[in-house]
Amino acid sequence: MLLIACPYCGPRDEIEFRCGGEAHIARPKEPDAVTDEAWADYLFRRDNPKGVIAERWFHTYGCRRWFNVLRDTRTHAILKVYRMGAPRPDRGPS
Amino acid sequence: MTRYSIVSLARNALSHHEHWPRLWRSPEPKPAYDAVIIGAGGHGLATAYYLAKNHGVTSVAVLEKGWLGGGNTGRNTTIVRSNYLWDESAAIYEHSLKLWEGLSQELNYNVMLSQRGVLNLAHNLHDVREGKRRVYANQLNGVDAEWLTPDQVKAFCPILNTAPDARHPVLGSTLQRRAGVARHDAVAWGYARAADARGVDLIQNCEVTGFDIKSGRVEGVVTTRGTIKTSKIGCVVAGHSSVLAGLAGFRLPIQSHPLQAMVSEPIKPVLDCVVMSAAVHVYVSQSDKGELVLGAGIDGYNSYAQRGSFHVIEAQMGALKELFPIFSRLKMMRSWGGIVDVCPDASPIIGKTPIEGLYVNCGWGTGGFKAIPGSGFAFAHTIAKNEPHALNAPFSLDRFVSGALVDEHGAAAVAH
Amino acid sequence: MSQRFRLPSGGRVDRAKTLRFRFNGRSYEGYQGDTLASALLANGVHLVARGIKYHRPRGIHAAGVEEPNALVQLGRGARSEPNARATEIELFDGLRATSVNVWPSLAHDWRSINGLFAKLLVAGFYYKTFKGTQGLWQRVYEPMIRRAAGFGRAPTLPDPDRYDHMNEHCDVLVVGGGAAGLMAALTAGRAGARVMLVDEQSEPGGWLLGCGASIDQHPAPKWVAGVVAELRGMAEVVLLPRTTAFGYYDQNYVCLLERRADHLGRAAPAYSSRQRVWHVRARHVVLAAGAHERPLVFADNDRPGIMLAGAVTTYVRRYGVLPGRRAVIFTNNDSAYETALALTQAGADVVTVIDARAEPGGALAMAAREAGIRVLDGRVVIGTRGTRRVSGVELGRLGADGSSAEPTSERLDCDLLAVSGGHSPVVHLFSQSQGRLRFDETLGAFVPGEPAQPQQMAGAINGLSSLALCLADGLRAARAALEATGFSEATTMAVPRVEPEGQSGALRPLWLVPGHKPIGRGRAKHFVDLQNDTTAADILLARREGFEAVEHMKRYTLAGFGTDQGKTANLNALAILARATGRSIAETGTTTFRPPYTPVGFGALAGTEIGALSDPIRMTPMHDWHVAHGAAFENVGQWRRPWCYPRSGETMQDAVNRECLAVRRAVGVLDASTLGKIEIVGPDAAELLNRIYTNGWKTLRVGQVRYGLMCREDGMVFDDGTTARLAPERYVMTTTTGNAAIVLDWLEEYLQTEWPELKVYCTSVTEQWAVASIAGPKADALITRLAPSLDLSDAAFPALTLREGVVAGIPARLFRISFTGEPSYEINVPSDRGLALWEAVMEAGAPLGVAPYGTEAMHVLRAEKGFIIVGQETDGTVTPLDLGLERMVSRQKDFIGRRSLGRADTRRADRKQLVGLLTDEPSVVLPEGAQLVRKDDATRAPPVPMIGHVTSSYYSAVLGRSIALALVKGGRGRHGEIIAARFDGRTVLARIGPPVFIPKPEASSDG
Repeated sequence: MLLIACPYCGPRDEIEFRCGGEAHIARPKEPDAVTDEAWADYLFRRDNPKGVIAERWFHTYGCRRWFNVLRDTRTHAILKVYRMGAPRPDRGPS
Repeated sequence: MTRYSIVSLARNALSHHEHWPRLWRSPEPKPAYDAVIIGAGGHGLATAYYLAKNHGVTSVAVLEKGWLGGGNTGRNTTIVRSNYLWDESAAIYEHSLKLWEGLSQELNYNVMLSQRGVLNLAHNLHDVREGKRRVYANQLNGVDAEWLTPDQVKAFCPILNTAPDARHPVLGSTLQRRAGVARHDAVAWGYARAADARGVDLIQNCEVTGFDIKSGRVEGVVTTRGTIKTSKIGCVVAGHSSVLAGLAGFRLPIQSHPLQAMVSEPIKPVLDCVVMSAAVHVYVSQSDKGELVLGAGIDGYNSYAQRGSFHVIEAQMGALKELFPIFSRLKMMRSWGGIVDVCPDASPIIGKTPIEGLYVNCGWGTGGFKAIPGSGFAFAHTIAKNEPHALNAPFSLDRFVSGALVDEHGAAAVAH
Repeated sequence: MSQRFRLPSGGRVDRAKTLRFRFNGRSYEGYQGDTLASALLANGVHLVARGIKYHRPRGIHAAGVEEPNALVQLGRGARSEPNARATEIELFDGLRATSVNVWPSLAHDWRSINGLFAKLLVAGFYYKTFKGTQGLWQRVYEPMIRRAAGFGRAPTLPDPDRYDHMNEHCDVLVVGGGAAGLMAALTAGRAGARVMLVDEQSEPGGWLLGCGASIDQHPAPKWVAGVVAELRGMAEVVLLPRTTAFGYYDQNYVCLLERRADHLGRAAPAYSSRQRVWHVRARHVVLAAGAHERPLVFADNDRPGIMLAGAVTTYVRRYGVLPGRRAVIFTNNDSAYETALALTQAGADVVTVIDARAEPGGALAMAAREAGIRVLDGRVVIGTRGTRRVSGVELGRLGADGSSAEPTSERLDCDLLAVSGGHSPVVHLFSQSQGRLRFDETLGAFVPGEPAQPQQMAGAINGLSSLALCLADGLRAARAALEATGFSEATTMAVPRVEPEGQSGALRPLWLVPGHKPIGRGRAKHFVDLQNDTTAADILLARREGFEAVEHMKRYTLAGFGTDQGKTANLNALAILARATGRSIAETGTTTFRPPYTPVGFGALAGTEIGALSDPIRMTPMHDWHVAHGAAFENVGQWRRPWCYPRSGETMQDAVNRECLAVRRAVGVLDASTLGKIEIVGPDAAELLNRIYTNGWKTLRVGQVRYGLMCREDGMVFDDGTTARLAPERYVMTTTTGNAAIVLDWLEEYLQTEWPELKVYCTSVTEQWAVASIAGPKADALITRLAPSLDLSDAAFPALTLREGVVAGIPARLFRISFTGEPSYEINVPSDRGLALWEAVMEAGAPLGVAPYGTEAMHVLRAEKGFIIVGQETDGTVTPLDLGLERMVSRQKDFIGRRSLGRADTRRADRKQLVGLLTDEPSVVLPEGAQLVRKDDATRAPPVPMIGHVTSSYYSAVLGRSIALALVKGGRGRHGEIIAARFDGRTVLARIGPPVFIPKPEASSDG
């Protein structure tokens, strides 16, 4: 039972949330312009790091808002919680 | 290889069991092999065994970061069945089940395959429809399958609560009689012993830290125990597949999640079949030791920690108690977690990669144990021939581009 | 004579309260405050169990949760519990317990013949044998093994007891109420922190309850009582006895099991739950879990009467029981001298200490010698005698390196052999919390290293053995916890003074006691795991066969896999393996400690979330009416929906036929309240719909309704339903019943994560509206009776529009939409008026022949018209084009899933497509799910190529024949083809046609 600090509600038990997988995956602006290969990337291929992952969580039984979390997949330690749309805090601007 | 039998056991008893040979050697890695398998779980060991046995490739090393059989092979709920819906899945799982049926004899090692029958319960009309669909498809694919009415379910598993007023009543069930459970460790040990006997080097405590790739071809593998030259590498590392793919420079459609399981204290025989209910997340059988073996649902987040959240275990207990009211006073004795490699269509990936000479076998998710013999069989063929066997051709990486998924998630589970 | 071994005084039992109990059918007496184990020992009963493999007699070994032997079946009938540990069971009047896994009796157990085959039953023998053929294994060998396995039995009746859960937050959770834990809790409590102190025993105090020392000039138990009284008086302190912290998870989430009623037997109050699981989120945790004594591994170390030394002390001092009169104490450390002193003080006839060490020990050992206790230094026990009770020991002189022992002529008679091999800190929870263990060579044990979570360890868990040090460590740990949680310590705290206080001598590590013969030769067995009958020879065999990794050894020999999780066995097993492989213990590693610390009942884990509470049941406002009118229900998601309304004498099929005919010939009413309803509001609402649905939404005018189809991004159909435009910026979407919450989340996900620029918000209104769907040729007539002022002409109220009005006196929205092909109105009213609406419909419709119809008739009616049901015609692999819904797929815009439709596989011509099927024999209704094959394959033996399957299949009363929908490869190009459906060993021929069975009449605007 992870303890997740919702940026809008504060720390809450994991059962209130749903994990939405890798963060910062943008839907191609013009899907028709991308190749099948690139579309498969968007649909299916995800980072799966053994280490820090940037992932999305949804506060299903709370404020019903999405936000991002940096979490270590080796230890489950939550390193950072940040809002949807904010850049990944452990990486410089790209 | 010393043949195991009651006779050899008795003979060795006379010498106080002091002369049993090792099941496998503990060799130093050689500088080069014809093929290297990464991961000494069931799938990797089976692959090495079939490489040697079916394809005459005996210059093979199996590299294992920890101890062989220590990943999901030794952590699962040991269910073996082949009653999958789609033709592609049925073919490989049924091939696997057929191999299972002769495995103890072939390996001269008792893997304790116990074909006690697997029930997949239906709790609503949608489940019934989908269950029957699967039964009919299985029958035409040559996979044994039956549909049981609630009364027949009760007769087959008398301790199951089939009362119509249950919260999730049992409206019927599929039954595969040839399905069952096996002893997980024995499968790893049996394949390891048989592969070793055919000359395969099993190298434990040897972690792969990189690949030697030149112009898109593998030339070797870098390990904590030195670099090993080879032109063929089979990567069979389940939850760590993405990590190794990353070392080789490509991405997989795989996510690693915790999956938990648990056993009860050992009790006298009370359940002599396997009962599965996808709708309420109950998977239960009783081992030959007397423990009830239960699988939990998958945790929603990615993890490499081999542990999950406790509420996931608690969540299924109400349903378990409803299905088996007499289990309430039994006790959970041990729980644990594995790292499962989940694919978007709940089907495996077995085949080539963008790197020439590097092959992957992963994505088995929550159900890889049953596939060990078939997966090893097909993967060995793929590595030896540099092209997939008909059994695993549908499970290529390409399918995520073409869209030809083998979607075993089943129906969307909704109805008006 | 009753309680022959009860001491005349002393201990914490209440001699005024005699309790009667039965064990294996015999009656005994004990006292309030006893455990079953102490009461049995008071009656001289040592033999309580048999070993699992060789069925050798076994006795009570320990005094707590680490007990490996004394498993009993507790109670009878529905409340029977298998595998309860006699050492944990608090005695109550009327208790009944029996030994497990013995037949016909404990004293004469037929499986003890296994001892004759002991040489064959070595570790892993079953992997090498029993595999002649699969059939032989399955029919002969495996049943034999299964019958032999397992301890107790599951009850045969449902559990009558209740269980519940509590969630709690605290500043400091203290696990363990021994010296260190009490000190820590007191310190934190006085500082004003919110403290939880949990202790697994019936009262806090741990080994202080059987300790001869004084604390602050009080006997230790009195000091405990004072501390407990003070803690109980603190408002912010929760003290939970009989509570085990069994699991330590991420972010200081600790799960506890509180046994609330087990100790009361029949006197348990009905209002109390039997057990409670606490979920505690602690800001800081103090683990003061103590240590478990290890036995020594020597020849035939399993006989009844061979007990852990500390347990003997506990039985003497805490329970006033003398476990034996002629005692031998075998130790490699000082702690067992306390046992010698306790036994001597209690009046045992003969007490002899066998000390493996050549050197005299510390203060305690000196005290024992001074008390006149006979001590044999440098000696070890190399064999034992006795069958159902130990009767004597053989001694040897231990060599300097510990690897050999010279037999001596010394033989000691005894009825009790107390052993101590040192203490293993209870690091289970620490390890579960991901802390790293460190092997301490001096202590010969694993101790906590670096913690991974906010926590402190205090007392014996840190390897401390002296009381004074434990108390001081408790204070230190509390100070650290207080600092971490922002409390300042009360100034009055000081470490209490302890007397007597002295230094301990060093332990001599001794993992496997050598003897007459090399291990594995001869008949003697050196048990490492008493519960699984794992011997030292098994471990050596495992090593020999290549199982050198500790996990391999454990799995091969089963050491540590018992219900005690190897609390007394693990370290000895590991050390024996380490020595055999020539590695140090630290190099060999430890095993992972996994939850739970002690077994936890499934019922307790389920708590109150059982039966109807295991999953919410949702009912519509009209539910009671349906029940009263005999509806048969089906579960759809969490909803209960009327399936049909059989009248007396009708079969389900009769009822469905009647309901369908009513709709086709008169009028029917369906409770459609369960459909998901989402209000979508904002200036960009139309844009959102346009992106989510496959069809276009920009042209929908206020008051209009449109059917829409949704795909997932992979192009597969995901949901469908109608959406109406209520106002320029306000829409209401309907979803399928099962998908309502999923679709709402879906919309939110896209709005918040992909399209934050869209100004839209979505609200579930599913439960705000009750819906009666009126369908049939007389629908207009019925609506007219309910809402006379409403103009129902096609011009005034065209199909696919909505109107607001008053229906049966209730403000309502009416949607003219049809899922049956008949003229149809969905009347939406506020939920609290749903029943009133329904009753009004039934009353007004009676003269018209209105019939309530259920989901089955609805399915038939829509199938007759070829309308799909998501989840039935679709299964996550079906595109809109597969369903023949090209008209629903816009070419003018992007939408979720569109790009995926252009991939190679989704463009294939031979994809499965929706078709209609008519069986040759009109009365045959194909089963849903039946597989379809080419006619040429009608009788072919498996494997048979399948070309499709039946998705929906019904008897159509209005057509007087069966109809079916199916997905068939290239189906749209196969209309007219005869194919074969195969199911249940039957083959039925059917003709493929369009998926419509009652075409739309030219003039109709419905359907």
